[in-house]
Amino acid sequence: MSKPILEVDNLQVSFKMSAGEVQAVRGVSFTLNKGEVLAIVGESGCGKSVTAQTIMRLVPTPPSYIKNGSVMFDGKHDITKLSESDMEKLRGQEMGMIFQDPMTSLNPTMTIGEQIMEGVRKHQGSSKEKARERAIELLNLVGMSNPVERLSQYPHELSGGMRQRVMIAISLACNPKLLIADEPTTALDVTIQAQIMDLLKDIQEKTGTSIILITHDLGVVAEMAQRVIVMYAGKVIEQGTLNEIFYDPRHPYTWGLLRSVPRLDSDSNSDLASIPGTPPDLFAPPKGCAFAARCPYAMKVCLEKDPEHFTASDTHSAACWLQHPDAPKVERPIEVGVRSNG
Amino acid sequence: MAEQENILEVRNLKKHFNLSGGRVLKAVDGLNFAVKRGETFGLVGESGCGKSTAGRTIIRLYEATGGEIIFNGKNVQKLTGKEQSKFNREMQMVFQDPYASLNPRMTVGKIIGEGLDIHGLHTGTKRRKARVAELLDAVGLNEEHANRFPHEFSGGQRQRIGIARALAIEPQFIIADEPISALDVSVQAQVVNLFKKLQKEHGLTYLFIAHDLAMVKHISDRIGVMYLGKLVEVATSEKLNAKPLHPYTQSLLSAIPIPDPELQKSRERIIVQGEIPSPLNPPSGCPFRTRCPAAMPQCAEAMPEFKEVEPGHFTACHLYN
Repeated sequence: MSKPILEVDNLQVSFKMSAGEVQAVRGVSFTLNKGEVLAIVGESGCGKSVTAQTIMRLVPTPPSYIKNGSVMFDGKHDITKLSESDMEKLRGQEMGMIFQDPMTSLNPTMTIGEQIMEGVRKHQGSSKEKARERAIELLNLVGMSNPVERLSQYPHELSGGMRQRVMIAISLACNPKLLIADEPTTALDVTIQAQIMDLLKDIQEKTGTSIILITHDLGVVAEMAQRVIVMYAGKVIEQGTLNEIFYDPRHPYTWGLLRSVPRLDSDSNSDLASIPGTPPDLFAPPKGCAFAARCPYAMKVCLEKDPEHFTASDTHSAACWLQHPDAPKVERPIEVGVRSNG
Repeated sequence: MAEQENILEVRNLKKHFNLSGGRVLKAVDGLNFAVKRGETFGLVGESGCGKSTAGRTIIRLYEATGGEIIFNGKNVQKLTGKEQSKFNREMQMVFQDPYASLNPRMTVGKIIGEGLDIHGLHTGTKRRKARVAELLDAVGLNEEHANRFPHEFSGGQRQRIGIARALAIEPQFIIADEPISALDVSVQAQVVNLFKKLQKEHGLTYLFIAHDLAMVKHISDRIGVMYLGKLVEVATSEKLNAKPLHPYTQSLLSAIPIPDPELQKSRERIIVQGEIPSPLNPPSGCPFRTRCPAAMPQCAEAMPEFKEVEPGHFTACHLYN
């Protein structure tokens, strides 16, 4: 296998606040292979967006700072150590980002054309004509009708779905090797979400770019990702291939996430399995496993020692003491991990 | 199951907004449906379809432009002062944004107790306090929370406070407008379970408005699907999911990704092209025809009649004429 495009090792990111230090990311490690779509899932405040934004170095310092760890990009650059100007080059030429809210991430005072051409001219040194051609090509790629007319339109003249297409066009302007999509469809209606997911898959196939997809929607994950990382309270608690996470999940939090979504294809009239309580305060994260307080299977050791990652396969691991060989055997809830295709 | 009486009947309900330049926004344009006592009726649709406006018009936060709203056998637009006050007690609302719908300057006890004061229920400091404690307990919070302010609570807890406020005056009917869409997945499940528990305990009827069809299907007995201010289909949850009739309902169901990778990948999907037209300038005839894979010439000419195609299963589509 070729070298991974991204290697994140023991990344720790904190925010210094007047009330103390918020440990948003507490030792995250993962790799992303070339051409792969990796999903990072978790609930608000689990650190998934901070992780992604740190890879792009978009979290302002202060208040944030990288406490520890490294992020190797393309085997050459440690992102945590690059100067701001080197980082700027990398961001424009090799990485692209799509944000959740296309309403606020486009500049309302610039036309669509100016916004797409800005990056092309700055990072590729293209002439104005060349940049314009590229912008038209990109608008075609993201499926916008009448690209020439679109160039002179402003963001407010477009719908949410169209704006997200423009965002994607901008992020693709310089043929990035890595695309980070942070909740790219959350603000959109389902029929538009389906269109955008299709577009992203199509672009991934055409350009071969690697994608980190950040989302809370397990349906979107099932549709798009090849591998999945589950985060909780600033840590990776489970990672595996798509099938491993959906059909053989090991961590009780992953079980909880999978059970708490109602499914169109299930006809249960019973209660949804909710996870009681709320995530811990990251000003003072608990000593042991961060999920222990909400975990129905918590043991004494869980409150005292943070679990290591136990491997289930070459690609699958979970940070849970239940995976320890000496731990009592716990059956996962019957409705979790069922293949409805028989 | 015996035929239950209708607690709410909505007949040809319209809510139009007059905008500048003489333009008229027909947010809700001719809704017909009924809600049976004790059931949950889900109203779904995408942004701008008019589902929230419909809810707000039914509870009279907006005055209807046309049509009738019959609640407990009475036309709510023609209530006397006394009847209006009774109506206000019987129908309550839970809002979407738990951060914006609670007064930040009021303690939780005051927020929940306000309705009691207005309607003169549980008067006296002691009885009032006991009632507030009882309500907090019912929604899974505790007595001490009464002295705190909304900012001290998480989103899920705030939504519980909003529910306690709605419950305070013992309503029969609760309109819940996207009550869970601002919450995290695991917390959504907590709040939905709470809604279900309270319904059982108090015999409540819900109008549950949301865009998340999977969640609506989970909680509702029957579902109405809206598109551009109109109802396009009404059926039981099972029917709607198993045999959707309207092409819009079909595409909506097909667009929701199922969190089961093998199933999701093998599923045949209909992806509708284009976007929802502006409600200021809706298409002639059927509002969905511009995106409909089955559109026919007649769809541009006349709005299809909303009629019962199978027992209890209504749709407005020329395919079923």
